[in-house]
Amino acid sequence: MRNINNIISRCEELAFDLDFTRAKEWKNEDKSRVIVGYMPIYFPREIIHAAGGLPVAIFGGGDRKQIIKGDAYYQSYICHIPRSIIDMALDKHFDNFDGFIFPSICDVLRNLSGIFRTKGFGKFVKYMDFPQNFLPEVGGVFYQDEMRHVLHYIKEINGIKVTPERLNHSIGLYNKNRRLIEFIYDIREKYPWRLSMKDWYHILRAGTVIPVEEHNEILEEVAEYVKGDVGQRQDKVKVVLSGAFCEQPSVGLIRSVEDAGCYIVDDDLQLGSRMVIGDIDATSEEPLAAIAHAYIFQSRYSSSIYDVDNPKEYRLAKIVEERNADGVIFASASFCDPSLLDAPIFQNAFDRMGIRYIAFQFSENINQFKVIKEQVGAFSDSIKLWEDEPSSIPVAE
Amino acid sequence: MATIEVIKERSMILQKEMIEGLFNDLEKAHETGKKVCYTFVPGNLSELIRCFDMLPVYPEINALQSAMRKKSAAYIKEAERHAHSEDVCTYVKCDVGMLMKGNIGPTGQKLPPPDILLLSYTGCFTFMKWFETLKREYPNAKVVMIHTPYQEGGKMTPEMVNYMVKQMHEEVIPKMEEVSGIKYDENKLKKILQYSKEAEDWITKIFETPKHRPSPIDAYFAGVYYIGPINIGFRGTPEAVEYYKELYNEIQERIRLGLGPVTPEGEMKEEKFRLVVEGPPNWTSFREFWKIFYDMGAVIVASSYTKVGGVYDLGWRHDPEKPLQSLAEYCMNCYTNLNIPQRIDLLTKCIKEYGADGYVTNSIKSCNSFSAGQLAMMREIEDKLEIPVGFIESDLVDPRYFSYSNIKNRLESYFQMLSQRKMMEAEETH
Ligand code: SF4
Ligand code: SF4
Repeated sequence: MRNINNIISRCEELAFDLDFTRAKEWKNEDKSRVIVGYMPIYFPREIIHAAGGLPVAIFGGGDRKQIIKGDAYYQSYICHIPRSIIDMALDKHFDNFDGFIFPSICDVLRNLSGIFRTKGFGKFVKYMDFPQNFLPEVGGVFYQDEMRHVLHYIKEINGIKVTPERLNHSIGLYNKNRRLIEFIYDIREKYPWRLSMKDWYHILRAGTVIPVEEHNEILEEVAEYVKGDVGQRQDKVKVVLSGAFCEQPSVGLIRSVEDAGCYIVDDDLQLGSRMVIGDIDATSEEPLAAIAHAYIFQSRYSSSIYDVDNPKEYRLAKIVEERNADGVIFASASFCDPSLLDAPIFQNAFDRMGIRYIAFQFSENINQFKVIKEQVGAFSDSIKLWEDEPSSIPVAE
Repeated sequence: MATIEVIKERSMILQKEMIEGLFNDLEKAHETGKKVCYTFVPGNLSELIRCFDMLPVYPEINALQSAMRKKSAAYIKEAERHAHSEDVCTYVKCDVGMLMKGNIGPTGQKLPPPDILLLSYTGCFTFMKWFETLKREYPNAKVVMIHTPYQEGGKMTPEMVNYMVKQMHEEVIPKMEEVSGIKYDENKLKKILQYSKEAEDWITKIFETPKHRPSPIDAYFAGVYYIGPINIGFRGTPEAVEYYKELYNEIQERIRLGLGPVTPEGEMKEEKFRLVVEGPPNWTSFREFWKIFYDMGAVIVASSYTKVGGVYDLGWRHDPEKPLQSLAEYCMNCYTNLNIPQRIDLLTKCIKEYGADGYVTNSIKSCNSFSAGQLAMMREIEDKLEIPVGFIESDLVDPRYFSYSNIKNRLESYFQMLSQRKMMEAEETH
């Protein structure tokens, strides 16, 4: 087993390599290989893998890229991530990418897909319309059509015909990936001091820019490591972080939350890698139907999924309960419609349920957190003060 | 919709009657037993609502009407007191605030609660969030969502149409039957759609009249009144057909007499600039906003906003022979459901065909569906057509984001630039 510090620093390097060196190296090893960039939140990476491609997550430039051209594309009242993505595209960070996928999460990313089309970036641009109808024979069929479009685009580039065997093999690899991730989350729930959120974040995010096989190896090593009695417990409260599923806060902010007295035991920062709960059937003769089925019936709550029959406030409350968390930190990217529009739903419900929370906004490029740190510190202190008074958490309406 | 007060043409009276009638029916819905359906303008299924004898309520229309009546600021504040962010669509907050303060509609009459929330999820992600919020406020209402796929590839594919038609069969129609107690009657729908088609023919002709010089209408500031009936539930009615026919005849008469558009201060005397405008208007200072334009002799000959409730310019119509399919296509064909290249093409076509001198973007803080990408579109259009472009920022119904002096200054410099350019062009041709 490699030294955990080496693994973590390699993951940090990978997670924030804005030139995607590993992905490009991988592609250069074989002429039929393609790189497909996808934006947050979720995309069924299995299908790209099965088509001989490497799905690579694009999370913008964070606090590591100075925006020069992107600001000219977006008004001041639009979140930061699209301008950093455009800036990266114009500065050729995505050279050698074959296609780009924009999952349907908000109007900003949707319209960014049109700008990519207009600019002619990549060999294909696909706005991936995830179904908001949850009947397998209606929304599920439409979702399969959407996946077939993507496969068609890739086949036009590399000629690879995706068979059920190939798809099932890929599904199996991603099942393993999700299982390992959840295993580590479960350990961190009980022993969050064994692996800091900052390090865990780097490890998770690295998995979105390298082949899944390599990430699985890393996760296996990390899982071994966290099984051991490592690290030292500190007097911190446990929180769930919610609302930062697209534009990512800088790592400094994550560290500040931890430094201010909170263990983050669950979060939606890298929601895409964990969107499906449990395994997808890897033995089906119709693997696309299996993926669609899993999306419809096994998805986590998300601001991008219409929650008509499954209200998100109760789902988040359930996570808080299951993770034995003391409260919730709502962190929304500034001007992020999906996150901010959900805020009153969560907060009004949590007021009724007696779940403690705080809310703040961030921007990916800001790395001054004095105010947030004070706010989080006061929050964790207040929880410690009231820790004898458990809040009741109803998990059903 | 409000009416222009200066000269009351017959068409205005017809429109007023239609709208007053709707609000009166809504007020009496409880007594008459009519079911009430809350829904949105883009992708509205008014024909289907009518087919089930329901009455529509459009939350965006209530919000914009509240703004025109200077009530939106208080509503927005109320919503913000309940954890609604300062930075999200103000239509949502205005609506939620109005609800919290007793749901008194724009005409001063109380609006009935919905029996059904019909979310036609077309062209705007916020709609979904808005209805998630409303669903929690009205736990007894039946909720039905129809997901309209985005025209990401610049076209409507058979898969997209099938998906929508299946949703109608499996979800929308059964739930509407259940709530209304009325069976779906395709023949009835076909008859309604025939009127829709006719109304669409007339409104298309109306919005083509600005091709004349001088333009007989302002296709943005007056245009928002013209789209009222077709967008708020009257599309499949003989009344709408009559209204649009009448309006068309009145405009023809203006053309015959060589008259320019009617403004709140009377007729615009000299047409100096012809503009195409992208983006919704500001509603809180609608009159002042409009005045900046007509005082400068600027007339809007085409606008994207008047296409939010349906794009008819390119020939698409409801088709009574394919009732559900055409409802599906209608939803997919609203302006904000078009992809950015399609929007650029449509605006380019307008600029060329209507002989516009300039292209102005009114960027609305509330509305990412419109605003995200507008700068790139503007640059593309500027490069392609070498047309002078103008850019202003405001908001829909939040008066805090309408800065009269900023907008006026910007527009004045823009008009100055247009003047100079016109002079230079005139010199070159001599
Ligand atoms: S941060 Fe929010 S608004 Fe911005 S692109 Fe992501 S989901 Fe959309
Ligand atoms: S974001 Fe725009 S399209 Fe959506 S509800 Fe608000 S104003 Fe309407």
